[in-house]
Amino acid sequence: MYALQGGESIPVVDPSSADGVFALLWLVVALPLAGAAILLVGGKYTDRWGHLLGTLLPIGSFVISLVMFISVLGRDDSDRQVMQHLYTWIEAGHLNVGMDLLYDPLSALFLLLITGVGSLIHIYSIGYMAHDPRRRRFFGYLNLFVAAMLMLVLSENYLGLFLGWEGVGLASYLLIGFWQHKPSAAAAAKKAFVINRVGDMGLSLAIMMFFVLFGSTSFSVISSAAGNASETQMTVLGLLLLLAACGKSAQFPLQAWLLDAMEGPTPVSALIHAATMVTAGVYLIVRSNFVFELAPNAQTVVIVIAGISILWGAWIGCAKDDIKKALAGSTMSQIGYMMLGAGLGVAGYAFAIFHLLTHGFFKANMFLGAGSVMHGMDDDVDMRHYGAIRKAMPITFLTFAMGYLAIIGFPGFSGFWSKDKIIEVALTQNIVVGLVALLGAGVTGFYMTRLMLMTFFTEKRWSKGVHPHESPAVMTGPLVVLAALSVLGGIMLAGEWIVDFLQPVTGVSEHEDPPIPVLAVSAIAVVVVAIGVAVAWFVFGRHAVPREAPRDVSFVTRAGREEVYGNQINDTLVVNPSRHLTSGLLVTDKRVVDGVLTGGPVAIGAIATIARRAQNGFVRSYALSLLGGALIVVLALLAVNLT
Amino acid sequence: MDFVKPTIEYSQLWPMLVVYGVACAGVVIEAFVPRALRFGVQTVLAALGLVVALGGTIWVGSNLDELGGGVARGAIDVEGTIVVDGPTVFLWGIILVFAIGGVLLFAERRLEGGVSAFAGQAAALPGTEAERLASTRGLEHTEVYPLMMFAVGGMMLFPAANDLLTLFVALEVLSLPLYLLCGLARRRRLLSQEAALKYFLLGAFSSAFFAYGVALVYGFAGSMGFAEINEAVRNDTDNGVLLLIGLGMVSVGLLFKVGAAPFHSWTPDVYQGAPTPVTAFMAAGTKIAAFGAMLRLYYVAFGSDRWSWQPMLWVIAILTMVVGAVLAVVQTDMKRLLAYSSVAHTGFLLTGVLGVQQASELSDGQVTSLQAVLFYLATYGFAIIGAFAVVTLVRDSGGEATTFARWQGLGRRSPLVAGLFAFFLLSMAGIPLTAGFVGKWAVFTVALSAGAWPVVIAAIVCSIIAVFFYVRVIVLMFFVDGDAADGELAVVTRPSLLTSGTILVGVAATLVLGIVPGPVLDLAANAGQFVR
Repeated sequence: MYALQGGESIPVVDPSSADGVFALLWLVVALPLAGAAILLVGGKYTDRWGHLLGTLLPIGSFVISLVMFISVLGRDDSDRQVMQHLYTWIEAGHLNVGMDLLYDPLSALFLLLITGVGSLIHIYSIGYMAHDPRRRRFFGYLNLFVAAMLMLVLSENYLGLFLGWEGVGLASYLLIGFWQHKPSAAAAAKKAFVINRVGDMGLSLAIMMFFVLFGSTSFSVISSAAGNASETQMTVLGLLLLLAACGKSAQFPLQAWLLDAMEGPTPVSALIHAATMVTAGVYLIVRSNFVFELAPNAQTVVIVIAGISILWGAWIGCAKDDIKKALAGSTMSQIGYMMLGAGLGVAGYAFAIFHLLTHGFFKANMFLGAGSVMHGMDDDVDMRHYGAIRKAMPITFLTFAMGYLAIIGFPGFSGFWSKDKIIEVALTQNIVVGLVALLGAGVTGFYMTRLMLMTFFTEKRWSKGVHPHESPAVMTGPLVVLAALSVLGGIMLAGEWIVDFLQPVTGVSEHEDPPIPVLAVSAIAVVVVAIGVAVAWFVFGRHAVPREAPRDVSFVTRAGREEVYGNQINDTLVVNPSRHLTSGLLVTDKRVVDGVLTGGPVAIGAIATIARRAQNGFVRSYALSLLGGALIVVLALLAVNLT
Repeated sequence: MDFVKPTIEYSQLWPMLVVYGVACAGVVIEAFVPRALRFGVQTVLAALGLVVALGGTIWVGSNLDELGGGVARGAIDVEGTIVVDGPTVFLWGIILVFAIGGVLLFAERRLEGGVSAFAGQAAALPGTEAERLASTRGLEHTEVYPLMMFAVGGMMLFPAANDLLTLFVALEVLSLPLYLLCGLARRRRLLSQEAALKYFLLGAFSSAFFAYGVALVYGFAGSMGFAEINEAVRNDTDNGVLLLIGLGMVSVGLLFKVGAAPFHSWTPDVYQGAPTPVTAFMAAGTKIAAFGAMLRLYYVAFGSDRWSWQPMLWVIAILTMVVGAVLAVVQTDMKRLLAYSSVAHTGFLLTGVLGVQQASELSDGQVTSLQAVLFYLATYGFAIIGAFAVVTLVRDSGGEATTFARWQGLGRRSPLVAGLFAFFLLSMAGIPLTAGFVGKWAVFTVALSAGAWPVVIAAIVCSIIAVFFYVRVIVLMFFVDGDAADGELAVVTRPSLLTSGTILVGVAATLVLGIVPGPVLDLAANAGQFVR
């Protein structure tokens, strides 16, 4: 354990070997992986029962996770890290990368979230995808995703984490583009893929740097040797990891893919793009606490990025009429809160994870609720075509309302406890950051109330021939469970349980009091949210909502609808320049070299003869480029060595 | 002047001699065995010869003497001209494995309806009566087997050569048969002949640079031997310019063979024009042999003057990766795409060449450059030979269909073959749990340990661009509906056991090297250092 300034310390990863129930750890990953293999390889023979198998296997993983969780609760703090060595992946000389799984309090909570919420979403999908001819394949991809995500959070080294990281990326790509007949879905899948590669670049560089600095990629080796590296090295590592986290978690400036990703089926949006995969970036940062604690500058950057993302996402959420995109903007903003917590260091890690869990509950709940609404509205996603749905779909409405109350932070609901804690720690450490978090909470109240009003209240604006009806029990069942979790999730904070539980991973923090009393912070937060809710009610609750989006709107709304110009910024800064680079290279390869020759420099008569004999316009240019290359090589050698 | 009879260590060289022997026997067979029997005899003889040579290589490899306390294993043979050491044996092994794959692909006759992929009568002008006659009579050139065996012999000699003259001879022995083989395609013969001529002209041009460079280095060092050159470089006082120009020109010859930018321009044309089995064989074999030779030349002969050539290689490596990756993005022909991707892989391999060479300079747990490059070559060879083998299967009425438009929706029509192809592409892209990932990981880390971080960053950016174009092909196969309006769609022709066996071995090796790369990495590690 390292002591840090101010009495804080971060623990070293030092697991004991897996025995007892923990010997089943590998099964947690293996079950859904087997499901993916059977469903994808088995082809149409598994069509009839594929979705049932695909649902049972994650439930199996959940049961194992639950048993392990209960037995880890019975252990001492110091004995809560367990490692299972599966086999040696890469071994050459001293280079040794094991397929090792690490079960500790952090991965324990993730396991429960992934397999628990994952199982509920699988059950829901049985109903949601009932009429899709490719349902079996859908479940195969979902299982693949669950397996990869579990690998991500269970690996004991960065290389295994990278394996899961790429795996969830692949599954996400396949699932966003699942309805491939829609060109928009294919384009969205591609966009997600490309932007994520930018983040992956950060992760691969970081892993290589770990390897070069520490001779290993294992968490235990790196965490125990972290003190030997210089602060600059740690800052570079931290920034690279942050880049990776931004890509996966849709944080500024790599956020543009998340809204497009809503093209995927709604259960996918709930599972991958709300509850689990997009939080992998937060996991990465909390898991790498031994890097960030030694790199205060990198932590500052994390906080800045988080603050920007909170407001950026909220802004988008305020302006979108597509219910899923409004929720996606909200996801970006809420992950901003988690990143903020993670950036605040030892004092914030546990609350980041706490908010991650509660968000997993209420956001999955609301996405599935949105899916249920869409199910009843003939897959229309435009909230301007909704209104007054609460009567037609009472269960969906009530469960959605629980999620709504949780996300805005209504006192007593899960989101209240988790967001409040992050705001409190932020205020303690830096007043500006705290105010940004508070402002974000107010805006959250505004856009969620807008969404709620436009969908469930106000007058009917339904399209002709649409008759909303409540979804089948297989869909509402998971909604009820998630709604209960959204209400009760705050129980994890009772007696600071989650903070104590995560202490072996996140370290011990010195408790500092915020500048104003804790109760006052909560009260202010509630008031700010109430203002947001009230404004939304005045704007949307008291006037008729037009069926067509009004055009004469302020710049703020326009920018929000355009996702704060994220795509335009990307196009200008990245896409167009690289397009020019490519065409430039093409032209150089094809024409310029040739053109130079036609221009006729001397000493190439011989080549011209060769070219004539070959009766081909190109070989001469190839030969010229060869000659030019040779000249450059020789001149470069001389220049470098003789100066 | 006394003539001393050279001592030749047959016990270590015999695997190579077997290959040359089979090649010569093949020529004799062409002259004496009746036409009807030639195909069978040549195929069996070539395959047997390669298998025997492979067995011999393993035997030689397990009997190498240890030198310098186990740092290196092997011996310098034939009066200092050939070295049979750990790296040589490793390279021989993988060259022979891919050569066996090449023979199997050469012998495939089901795809063309009973004849091989080679021209019936190469001398007949395309489009003439003679050509039609040759094709209706079912003629075929069985000379391809001896040609290939000579090329394999050259490939084996290339990385074993321990002086510049042997290196030059090996270069020509491996190149000349390949020039010929490239021009022997049965279909699209003009394209094939054009490719062969281009390859030959440019190859001759680069050989001229190489030969001139050899002369200059000789002028500097007063010897052709690598050890003597190294000695001269170390004691160098004034004649630096001569050495540098010579080094540059020799490098040009080698960089041309591996297809590094700006010497890459032949690659797409030749890969596209050559008969696909030849492309598969030479894409794997030539690259392995040339990188082996390059490693020995740079590390042994110019090893003590590393800083004179490394900056140049930095630039070449970055340029090669950028050119290969970026231009691959805009390709619309499968063989050209694989060619540009092979250029990009050359860049990744060059990144590995830049790494740390001495085990003593490394901290615990790191591989040396040599091991990383050797491993990468093995992983790349399996993927590329498998990928080209798949290309031979995807056909329409005009033979192999290599344009992207024909490949649309192939995953729907033939999920297995398209899946295997996708797997090879993923390995080349370096996705975890495939061989390519471990290979990339190895070469990038050695380069990073040597401080070549600008190259590594370029390499990672380029590998990301590369993922993009590989995935584009996968999308094309699985997610795009084949639209018959664009013309005929390709279908997968059922091959004989020869091609499917090659593909399956490639898949199995790619998978195994990705999941448990340990044994092969160990093998590369046990190869040890070069014997100087």
